[in-house]
Amino acid sequence: MMRYTLYAVALATALPISALGAEPTDAEQRLRDVEQRLDRLEAPPAPTAPAGTTGAPAGSATSFNPAISLILSGLYTNLSQDPADYRITGFPVPADVEIGPGKRGFSLAESELAASANIDPYFYGMLAYAIHPDDTASVEEAFVQTIALSNGFTLRGGRFFSNIGYLNSQHAHTWDFVDAPLAYQAFLGTQFGDDGAQIRWLAPTDLFLELGAELGRGRAFPGSDRDKNGAGAATVFGHVGGDVGASHSWRAGLSLLGTSPRDRTFPDTSAAGTTVSNAFSGDTRVWIADFVWKYAPTGNATYTNFKLQAEYLRRREDGDLTFNTAGAPSTAPYDARQSGWYVQGVYQFIPYWRVGWRTEQLDRGTVDYAANSANLASSGFDPSKNSVMVDYSPSEFSRIRLQYARDQSRQGATDNQWYLQYQMSLGAHGAHQF
Amino acid sequence: MKNFIAAWLAFATLAFAHSAAALEVFTCEPEWSALVQELGGDRVSVYVATTAFQDPHRIQAKPSLLARARRANLVVCTGAELEIGWLPLVLRQSGNSAIQPNRPGYFEAANYVQRLEIPTTFDRAAGDIHPGGNPHIQTDPRNIARVATALAERLAEIDPSSAALYQTRYRDFAQRWDAAIKRWEQQAAPLKGAPVVVHHKAFSYLENWLGLREVAQLEPKPGVEPTSTHLVEVLDQMKRQPAKMILRGPYNDARASEWLAERAKIPIVVVPFTVGGSDKAKDLFGLFDDTVQRLLAALS
Repeated sequence: MMRYTLYAVALATALPISALGAEPTDAEQRLRDVEQRLDRLEAPPAPTAPAGTTGAPAGSATSFNPAISLILSGLYTNLSQDPADYRITGFPVPADVEIGPGKRGFSLAESELAASANIDPYFYGMLAYAIHPDDTASVEEAFVQTIALSNGFTLRGGRFFSNIGYLNSQHAHTWDFVDAPLAYQAFLGTQFGDDGAQIRWLAPTDLFLELGAELGRGRAFPGSDRDKNGAGAATVFGHVGGDVGASHSWRAGLSLLGTSPRDRTFPDTSAAGTTVSNAFSGDTRVWIADFVWKYAPTGNATYTNFKLQAEYLRRREDGDLTFNTAGAPSTAPYDARQSGWYVQGVYQFIPYWRVGWRTEQLDRGTVDYAANSANLASSGFDPSKNSVMVDYSPSEFSRIRLQYARDQSRQGATDNQWYLQYQMSLGAHGAHQF
Repeated sequence: MKNFIAAWLAFATLAFAHSAAALEVFTCEPEWSALVQELGGDRVSVYVATTAFQDPHRIQAKPSLLARARRANLVVCTGAELEIGWLPLVLRQSGNSAIQPNRPGYFEAANYVQRLEIPTTFDRAAGDIHPGGNPHIQTDPRNIARVATALAERLAEIDPSSAALYQTRYRDFAQRWDAAIKRWEQQAAPLKGAPVVVHHKAFSYLENWLGLREVAQLEPKPGVEPTSTHLVEVLDQMKRQPAKMILRGPYNDARASEWLAERAKIPIVVVPFTVGGSDKAKDLFGLFDDTVQRLLAALS
């Protein structure tokens, strides 16, 4: 019985396939027939015109050049506190991690040169090269990505901004505020990018559902670069999203970043009030929940639109903390659970003009220094910040922004921060990311 | 037992035939959605990424678009860089190799028509120009006919088992469409040579078809919203060289055209521009019926 059923299934599946195989030739003949008749019918109106001429000269050697774009950005900054003293109380980061409001006065911001193209029918590649105002340069992103996989899979390898959270994968020139939220600065060193590989899978559903994971070197904060064959950092992320009617779109996500830094050295303030150098070795886990909602009347964002964005980051660090690595080191267990969030809204009230507001706070949480609690004390302070901005974009390639922030990330010192910023892009048309 | 197997076979064959699910087509604009529906009938399941009230140039790569592109067998878009800001991103993140550019599952309508206004110099100081020429090709029904020919062939190529169906439907559509074009051209004869002002350079193909004469634009440069100084200049020009009407699309802001209409004493025509752009533009035929009627009404 079982065998007969199997035969039946085999036959049933084999039959239509052979029928399908035979059909095209038959259909093609009929198609040609019909086409000939149609050609006769269609004589009076113009027949199919030749493929439209494109602007580029055909066959020239430059036709294969990648799409190149250049981002130019500059700032005028006015700060009431000395930026050299900047720190986020209770959330120390290594000295080479760039956080804070930057320099006072006029300064060039990051210039970014990017090139991208399909490499062949199987891969896409891109490079974003950041030229810093101090005449140094760095590879911000350089990755290759598959375009020939199906079933919703995409693989990526190289250096790239991790897809965790909402803001993390976005380049600074697409941010709605001059600076990154405090929680991103404190927990991700502004933006987490790594050398590694990424896999993403998109579900075959009407609801957007994306799952992904990354394995990386873990070279960047909150990790630390090590000489090791295995991976130093891993992430998993999931995003869901969709539309509600024609006017609303949303996306929500949950991500986890795990890394195990070794001797991540950072300056901190001791319980006695002196600056010391400490080091952490252990496990770091950062959870991120993100949500974005966008509204435009009938989905036409040209005249007015509104964007609400919120993210919550939670970090657990568990391991050993070495106090005063330069002087008399003392190592003791360390267990910290800290969190932070921001909420921001940006409203385009007339064409070209937007206003935005962001409020954010970090929660010092619980920090257990164990035997080091004589040397180090929890701050008893929750950093917070409020920012407002107005920006003007005469075209989709240029933007001028004025931003004011009341920054209370330092205990006992409120910084009034004013920024005037320009961001312009030239060359290849930028991507309209959600 | 034999009967059982025969019944099983018949059932399985039928089930298999029906399980060849409808062809999933992702279209960027409503006109292509309507055209795919005309050519594919029940055989296709069409998703449209934008509505008549959205500027197809200013869309973001929304989550809903990624989810739909993931499942599509065919993508049908205008091309000519109209969707440059979002479509490449959607395709790249879709995890769907079938719809990548240069694959049969990727169809750009603008490749099959003669494009107008191809710039000779590329400088963004001239506004939002498209190197491939003006992309708003759907306002000329003869372009729709050309795209239909290529699209019917493409549908047959990626879904050969239904090639006959697409050809039959195409032939039927082409005949009705040719007849309709003749009718519209007769009706629209009085429009020939009529000077018009446009909000955005979105009607070049319509003007080319009906012989309308575009004398001014409300936008100082393509893609730049009308400014008061520019509107005053256009009004001055109207005094010397009057136009018969002002054309704008459903997603253009009404204020600039209303300002000029009031002062120059000429009517505004909201051209449906694509399927769904007006109550009567329910399909491609309704789109041009209504377009021609609205233009004629403004002339009288």
